[in-house]
Amino acid sequence: MHELAVTESVIAAISTQLPDSRVAVVHLEIGRLSGVMPDAVRFCFALAGEGTCVEGARLDITQPEGVGDCANCGTSFPARDPLAVCPCGSADVTISGGADLMIKAVEVADDV
Amino acid sequence: MCETCGCDAGTGAGGTARLTTLPAPDHEHGHGHGHGHTVTLDQKVLAHNDDLAGRNRAWLGERGIVALNVMSSPGSGKTTLLERTAADLSAGSPISVIEGDQETLLDARRLSAAGARTVQVNTGTGCHLDATMVARALAALEPPDGSTVFVENVGNLVCPALFDLGERARVVLMSVTEGADKPLKYPHMFRGADVLLLNKIDLLPHVDFDMTACRDAARRLRPGLRVLPVSATRGDGLAAWYDWLAETRRAPT
Repeated sequence: MHELAVTESVIAAISTQLPDSRVAVVHLEIGRLSGVMPDAVRFCFALAGEGTCVEGARLDITQPEGVGDCANCGTSFPARDPLAVCPCGSADVTISGGADLMIKAVEVADDV
Repeated sequence: MCETCGCDAGTGAGGTARLTTLPAPDHEHGHGHGHGHTVTLDQKVLAHNDDLAGRNRAWLGERGIVALNVMSSPGSGKTTLLERTAADLSAGSPISVIEGDQETLLDARRLSAAGARTVQVNTGTGCHLDATMVARALAALEPPDGSTVFVENVGNLVCPALFDLGERARVVLMSVTEGADKPLKYPHMFRGADVLLLNKIDLLPHVDFDMTACRDAARRLRPGLRVLPVSATRGDGLAAWYDWLAETRRAPT
């Protein structure tokens, strides 16, 4: 399950950037064609976050749609899966969007 | 930090993140207390791995070493293909192998017996190799300048697809006993392939495998993909595989 390694990478990146913070919310972007399951990341996040700056934080995940670029007609179109066929009928399609995994932002609690 | 391999991935450089601190919005947070602020990261999740893979690629490039990431499900014949390749090509430029498995030294022993310098990486519970593991393995392996390094990934058609190791090319292997629908079922792996080897063609008379359907499915994911039918045990098709290797070695980076 690569989602554990993905989640650990998220936590490691945030811990490196904000070592002394207490994180309340993590905003993640998991593209629909990235090959990563949001539910599995949520499951791992709770476990892997224990004892780190994201312990107890809420995970907010957005899932951008896939985008396919057609080599035949030159248009871009919404791609629902990695085998998307262009509306023009061509299967000569390169996926150009929806495959990214990004840490967009974190909300940090300011302790008083 | 990293439980996958026990490395200290959390303490290294985190890629090229831009840090922008924004003023706290008015009472717009759900943590049930006081105030907070938003920090924009806009950072790739795998930035650290990608950064290390880039370093591996540069290290290999400076030495004229070509690394190939060999991936398949367990039992497709990766080790047999590499044994045969090491034995057949040992007279040319040296071949070494980074061997990834969850447990045991079995494959490393086989490849070592076939004449390849080999380092075994046991990932324990880990389901793939990452760039940190490969960097350590390269340091231990000390491959000669101008040589070829095969990285035999953990047998798995899912997880290894996501992790750049610093390789020159990705070799994906599947066997005819697995069924022609594998590319459609595991699209991420086949979409990233630079060459696809269909192994165990000596078994074609005994299995129901549609070679054309499999090739078409793989090319729907990766238009123009080179597909090489081989039998690593009997030797069929290996000349084309060796030609591809020589071509890849010559190709400018």
